[in-house]
Amino acid sequence: MNRRKFLKQSAFTTAGTMLIPHFLKAYEAQMMGKGLAASNGKILVIVQLSGGNDGLNTVVPYRNDIYYRERPTIAIRPEKVLTLNDEIGLHPAMTPLKALYDEGLVTVINNVGYPNPDRSHFRSMDIWQTASDSDAYLRTGWVGRYLDAACAGKAQQPFRTIEVDDTLSLAMKGSNLNGLAMLDPKKLYNQTRSNLVTNLSKEHLTNEPEIVSYLYKTLAETVSLAEYVFNKAKVPGTNTTYPNVELGNRLKTVSQLIQAGVDTSVYYVSISGFDTHINQPGQQERLLGQYAEAVGAFMTDLKVAGRQNDVMLMTFSEFGRRVKQNASNGTDHGTANNVFLIGGGLPSRRVLNEAPNLSKLTDGDLTYSVDFRQIYATLLHDYLGADDVAILGRKFDGVKIV
Amino acid sequence: MNSQTKQQQLRYLFARAGFGATPAELNEASRSTLRKVVRQLVSNGTSVASLQVVEPDENRTKRQLKGLFRQGQLDKEMLREQIRDNAQKVRDLNLQWLDRMASGNDALREKMALFWHGHFACRTMGRNPLFMQQYANTLRQHALGNFRDLLMAVSKEPAMLQFLNNQQNRKNAPNENFAREVMELFTLGHSASGRDNYSEYDIKEAARAFTGWQFTPEGQFVFRAQVHDDGEKKIFGKIGMFNGEDVIAMLLDNQQTARFITAKIYRSFVNETEDSKRVDQLADKFYRSGYDIATLMETIFSADWFYDPKNVGAHIKSPVELLAGLRHTLGIQFDQPQPQIFVQRTLGQLLFYPPNVAGWPGGKNWIDSSSLLFRMQLPNYVLKAAEVTVQPKEDGDVNTQLLARKGGTTFHTKVNWDAFENAFAKTTDAGLPDALAAILLPFPLRPDQRVLIEKPIKSGQSRSETIRTLTVALMSLPEYQLT
Repeated sequence: MNRRKFLKQSAFTTAGTMLIPHFLKAYEAQMMGKGLAASNGKILVIVQLSGGNDGLNTVVPYRNDIYYRERPTIAIRPEKVLTLNDEIGLHPAMTPLKALYDEGLVTVINNVGYPNPDRSHFRSMDIWQTASDSDAYLRTGWVGRYLDAACAGKAQQPFRTIEVDDTLSLAMKGSNLNGLAMLDPKKLYNQTRSNLVTNLSKEHLTNEPEIVSYLYKTLAETVSLAEYVFNKAKVPGTNTTYPNVELGNRLKTVSQLIQAGVDTSVYYVSISGFDTHINQPGQQERLLGQYAEAVGAFMTDLKVAGRQNDVMLMTFSEFGRRVKQNASNGTDHGTANNVFLIGGGLPSRRVLNEAPNLSKLTDGDLTYSVDFRQIYATLLHDYLGADDVAILGRKFDGVKIV
Repeated sequence: MNSQTKQQQLRYLFARAGFGATPAELNEASRSTLRKVVRQLVSNGTSVASLQVVEPDENRTKRQLKGLFRQGQLDKEMLREQIRDNAQKVRDLNLQWLDRMASGNDALREKMALFWHGHFACRTMGRNPLFMQQYANTLRQHALGNFRDLLMAVSKEPAMLQFLNNQQNRKNAPNENFAREVMELFTLGHSASGRDNYSEYDIKEAARAFTGWQFTPEGQFVFRAQVHDDGEKKIFGKIGMFNGEDVIAMLLDNQQTARFITAKIYRSFVNETEDSKRVDQLADKFYRSGYDIATLMETIFSADWFYDPKNVGAHIKSPVELLAGLRHTLGIQFDQPQPQIFVQRTLGQLLFYPPNVAGWPGGKNWIDSSSLLFRMQLPNYVLKAAEVTVQPKEDGDVNTQLLARKGGTTFHTKVNWDAFENAFAKTTDAGLPDALAAILLPFPLRPDQRVLIEKPIKSGQSRSETIRTLTVALMSLPEYQLT
């Protein structure tokens, strides 16, 4: 059989390949605005600071003698602190964040942690991402379970949660659905444009083993999503200038997708470098400066676009660091830490709760008073309008931000 | 009774009981009976060549290094270099083990050891190459031996005792971590229905029994009587002055341990969907054999039901299986070690860094949009030096930055194409796609797939080029992710 004839014959026998698979049809119907699961239009952007950001040098207890006693060479001097109230203030590199605070857009939550804290990076990050107890091991993340819940009984919408990265975090994996990882729309689109990938994604499979269907379904969804997001995101956004650093670029992508009207409820972004065992001051100053500048640009951008009240940015780290500095001008792994909530159209509570009590430590570490899952519960229930109990596995009392 | 050809059965057997087979290996195996091939896989390599990246007396733990620094025997620069050197040796251990898996020698042993690495999940603490080396060699040593010996040996490995905080488990100040995981993850298992085979009280009391199980910086297990609680304990309803060995013996006496281990082996080697009756039978036999692992595996691989079409192609390769298998089939050597670490990291399975004590979740958990695209692109990276644009996440830990470094924008490899191509010398041109697919994939090609994989062939290509082009295309199919 010559090649030409062969192709012809194959095309004939597999005419079904041209049919769009069933789930894709449902999916593309949604693209045209039919059958979308209700989203309340609110968007949550999660910024993860990997490595354990030193919370005490981020939100500084600048009137606390113990703080200065325990950190003789790395404490932030009182006169440099950007004061939030008469107890605490921000690291001097965070001027743009202070500006947002003065605008009434920032809520600071102190002493956030969980019972029986784990001081290992990977484990504590797992706990934050899965929202598990510290002695349980979950295979799904809290954003993934949000996606499951948001799509339960409705057509699947994996674009509802997007991680701006090349790989997908555990936080984004659900039982039935996974979020989409995408560093930028064009890059993902290009990855899905090879002859093989596009053609395979159109395969019409019948009577294949379940696992094969699963792989093809994942592939078809990816190709379809990549195309959808790429086409949507062609619309130019505002001209806001972002700092040319990793977080700046990623938040710019998030803003672009929001402005393009991509129907995504949760975005996930992470940056690393916060594991400051050695020579902390310079390193942390650089990172916090980048963070504040990028977040400042992001909120300005959204304000210009008229979307500031629809978008809330939450920042966390897997743990804070020890109160006492170490011998290398750094700090070692600790426990409770602060969390920022920015924007979202909520009345700002500025500083929500008490500053860390440095005279009541647990094994030399801050004692938590807010379980991070209380914050998740509030964001899920009060902000995103989702079933927090189903997603978190039980009821957590919300924090009073709404 | 079985629609599979013998070649299909052999391909499937080698993919499950090892890291796949070369065409030559399949050819060789086709000359004997399936039963004999299984027997050989199970009894291969009675002597196990250890992995070695550090001499035991040369190893210095981070704590020892810091001590030397304080005594002025190391300056700051040397201290840093030595700590970095340790991290590098853990990386080298990873690569050395991967080389063994890819070599195809003693394949079932290495495959089982990888399974046990996920089961007895242990993550390197403080980047101590000696501890991880011992731990890995213990897994490999006992991989096909007796589960009793394996459990006892792993439980006494310094890497494990350190990972599960048993050094901090002392008389009057118990740490329950080790006792809990020994029950929940290593033996009895955590019941989904909530009716566990052990109680919190059992854990508390067992933790007391394990007090004194410690290790030296040189990597020796020691029993320290002065921190051991030698009082009376009540465990699983029995009262006695139990020690750690007694607890392990009690756990092995419980048939649930055999059930739990067998079910996990079944899910990893046969089908993720458990067949309860079959697992019960296997577990019963495993228990009665006194926990003989080789016998259990031989029973599975010799059973007709193992080759049932519903099991063939039902397993998603883990990233390490994918990488080792790719290397083995084509005899691939990487010029630089880093890309192999990069692949493991990007796809979420880095040896000696399981995500937590429960090991890698496996199955569909390996697959999401980005990991699937990367897996399908991997043959292009490895065989055609295609540009790599993806970057794995950093985990935030300053100490793993060495591992985080990206693999470079292209991979450089040497591929033993000659050996691979020779195996198809007698295949007609038109028969190549199906002949190659029969070696590489769990299912025959569908007509539409055949069209797709032939597409990249250019007219006038040599036969050798055609084989290479087809191979890359076949390995890029979603089905290549399955065994």
